[in-house]
Amino acid sequence: MADMILKKSALADFIKSLSGSYKVFTPSREGQEVKFASNQGKVLLDFQNTLLSPKDFFFPQSERMFEYSTDPAAADAFILKDIATEPEPRLVFGIRPCDARAFVILDRIFKNDQYTDSYWFARREATTLIGLGCQNPCPTCFCLSVGGGPFSEEGLDVLACDLGETLLFKPLTEKGQQALDKAEGLAEADDKTSQEAARIKEQAEAAISSRISTDKIDEKTVMELYEAPHWEVVQERCLNCGVCTFVCPTCHCFDIQDEVAGKVGDRIRNWDTCMSWLFTQHGSGHNPRADKTSRVRQRFMHKFKYIPMKRGGDIGCVGCGRCIMLCPVNIDVRDVVRDMNA
Amino acid sequence: MEERTKKIREIAKRLLSEGRVDVVLGYRAGTVPLKNAPYFARTPEEAENFIWDSHGRINLANFLPQRQDRVAVVAKGCDARNIVNHIVENQIKRDQVYIIGVPCQGMIDPGLVYEREGRLIEEAIEADGRLIVKGQGFETTMERTEVLRQNCRSCAYRNPPLYDELVTDPVPEQEGLDPYEDIKEFLTRPNSERFDYFEKLIEPCIRCYACRDACPLCYCAVCFVDEHMPQWLGKSIDPRDKMTFHILRAFHCAGRCTDCGACEAACPMNIKVRQFTRRLEMDVKELYGYEAGLSPDIQPPLTVYRPDDPQDFIK
Amino acid sequence: MSNPYKPYPVRIDKVIVETEDKNLRSFRLVFLNPEDDKAFDYTPGQFAELSLAGYGEIPIGIASSPTEKGHLLFTVNKVGAVSSALHNMKEGDIMGVRGPLGNSYPLKDMEGRDIVIVAGGFAVTTLRSTITWMLDPANRDKYGKITFVYGARTPGMLLYKDEWRAWQKRDDIDPYITIDREHPDWDGLVGLVPAVLEEANPGSENAVALVCGPPIMIKFTQPVVEKLGFADEDVIMSLENRMKCGIGICGRCNVGPEYVCKDGPVFTKAQLNELPREY
Repeated sequence: MADMILKKSALADFIKSLSGSYKVFTPSREGQEVKFASNQGKVLLDFQNTLLSPKDFFFPQSERMFEYSTDPAAADAFILKDIATEPEPRLVFGIRPCDARAFVILDRIFKNDQYTDSYWFARREATTLIGLGCQNPCPTCFCLSVGGGPFSEEGLDVLACDLGETLLFKPLTEKGQQALDKAEGLAEADDKTSQEAARIKEQAEAAISSRISTDKIDEKTVMELYEAPHWEVVQERCLNCGVCTFVCPTCHCFDIQDEVAGKVGDRIRNWDTCMSWLFTQHGSGHNPRADKTSRVRQRFMHKFKYIPMKRGGDIGCVGCGRCIMLCPVNIDVRDVVRDMNA
Repeated sequence: MEERTKKIREIAKRLLSEGRVDVVLGYRAGTVPLKNAPYFARTPEEAENFIWDSHGRINLANFLPQRQDRVAVVAKGCDARNIVNHIVENQIKRDQVYIIGVPCQGMIDPGLVYEREGRLIEEAIEADGRLIVKGQGFETTMERTEVLRQNCRSCAYRNPPLYDELVTDPVPEQEGLDPYEDIKEFLTRPNSERFDYFEKLIEPCIRCYACRDACPLCYCAVCFVDEHMPQWLGKSIDPRDKMTFHILRAFHCAGRCTDCGACEAACPMNIKVRQFTRRLEMDVKELYGYEAGLSPDIQPPLTVYRPDDPQDFIK
Repeated sequence: MSNPYKPYPVRIDKVIVETEDKNLRSFRLVFLNPEDDKAFDYTPGQFAELSLAGYGEIPIGIASSPTEKGHLLFTVNKVGAVSSALHNMKEGDIMGVRGPLGNSYPLKDMEGRDIVIVAGGFAVTTLRSTITWMLDPANRDKYGKITFVYGARTPGMLLYKDEWRAWQKRDDIDPYITIDREHPDWDGLVGLVPAVLEEANPGSENAVALVCGPPIMIKFTQPVVEKLGFADEDVIMSLENRMKCGIGICGRCNVGPEYVCKDGPVFTKAQLNELPREY
């Protein structure tokens, strides 16, 4: 698999040539918000990251799981049936390496030693990801401290690098190579160009000023971390809203609900949040996480202690910084981790 | 602004060292530009962390309901009005709360700043009524007044109506403003157009409920959206469920809202949530001559009966 | 890709009102498709998601034993929206079952040892399954002495009367069935579970204790179990967290690094000592 090069002036045609085989999504700006959209004329390359994480490509905020009839006269009344949809082949261009790494973390959540979440993986398999190396990281980015980097290749099928006049495409998987084979306007890159990309990568890594350490978290027991006094300080200003969890690329908790209209019903799954008291409330009224402290603690413990313990050491955070930017009361995950690691 | 910061620290230190209060609620610097953080100081040393700037997004009155301790709160006009609300609604006792009043010159809307810049702002400095923002390869200076929050521009109560101590002399109030000009225009449009407007407005809503959780009025032990026996509302992003949430929340705030703007400031999707509440405030003001939170001795009109109620059906 | 969220369709074969307050009902369920019956291969201690189209799912411990062929038994307390809807269902109605889910009691590790089973209130469900399984001729020889201490507030609140009455007549299990206070309809043991357990004084030597009950019972039973000499590794408990997916994905029942639905619901007291008390 060879590195390929594309003139930026030919980017629109490149995207167009792929749209015969895939539904293509590219970054675009809508007001202040950067988001992925299909059928965009102009492909946005100059952006820091999307406002929301792109997890909804594979894990929509609301998703129908089953449908059923609630008409007692129907032969199949009250029997849940699959929703017959074949996931369409999609290609996402311009996804950031941090967000792509989040998909790898979530792959290990949505598939465990016994069960595979068919909804997540059906879409994952049908989607090709062309990442865009991150050359202007935000001051809130700390990907390098959590196992990633602005040019991390994990979870991507192709990694693109913006060289100014041209884009360099590095195929990483068979799926990625197949996409490049279908695309128009590419030429094989020479060694010099690939070296230039490597230099840009180094520069981007050096531009990440924000660092955290997690080494001591590994050494501490669950109960040591759990009983630390700093949670009381964090919880005091926490609103227990769901912003951090909803914008997070690795937060994956969900609720399952039935909704009925007339004589047909759906079983739907919706994003849920451990910040809500309702999340753990038993039918009996007992709530094992009844106070704000235990709820705000849960999110950080889950990402920085529980997931690494359970999933072979990898932290459940990719350092994208969205929760830092969007928390209404400025609870900064870097400060919290510093306290956990103290 | 520096003077306010100095004074807030002084007062907080005094109250804490004299043992007048257990905790002082104010703001400290944020870790990202254009945003500061609520801060709870319990020792005179901690009081050194207080600041006053134009980025106090969260209304500190939000942290008062059902507190058991003695608390001092840094409060600008709208925050103080919400404290009055809490006293009226028996959420906190007057003698339990010490109001450090801050005559306010308005807060900055980070959304407006970003809109003007269109780029990520990495640093923001305030000096002499100006805001200097810096990012990768740029530095821009703008007048504070150009990027104030909309609710601050039409604010008629910059000075706290109730306080124990003011940190500076009162600032002049903004006179002759009509905060409802745009709403009156909006009301001339046909119903369907108005509904479409609201549907579009909440399209980006992710139902994180930050607006509710940042609102000092939303202190219900169980919010109607969280009721599950029975469950009134679906949990999906169905537009009807989203709309039901926003409309019901707004109605629940009618006659109580001080237009502090915390809901909008908390929204990660930059939704102008106040559009739901402002019309109701206008109605309450026009029908009952009432504005929330001006005096702890006046009962809100929607909780009392008056023989001179302008509605005929009630008589 | 098979879908782990899809319930098997079942028919309600029988509804039994178990308790005098009528809040506990047992549902005997029969699979609509015989192949699903085969696929549903479970072990005592496991649970299943009971699925009601239009209402949702609830995780309920399986009260029947794998040795009882042809049906599943679930005893459900009426507390929330789904369980209330289930209580309104009739024999012949169609619903769903998804599972079996979770780990189970470590029946293999328990072989060759004496078994002490302590239950309070309706937490006896999966223990009924365990006892029925152990008393099956194919399994009884694998275990030593079986002691069963089970209590409820009143005689009318005791579950599975036919079963434990039959067990009282056997000589290969020692049942101590107790109610909290004297009652005109009761001539059996009177006293709280911890006290009856202490009185019964089953030996802890080469023994395992299975303890399930309401939090208050657990709280007062633990010191007794300790006093009897059981090591924390030999005290086995079952947690009841709120769950949705039941397969270790949705995150709701996360306690420390464990997902109660998949890594549990059965844990030893030694394991629980390392976890936050979020259950």
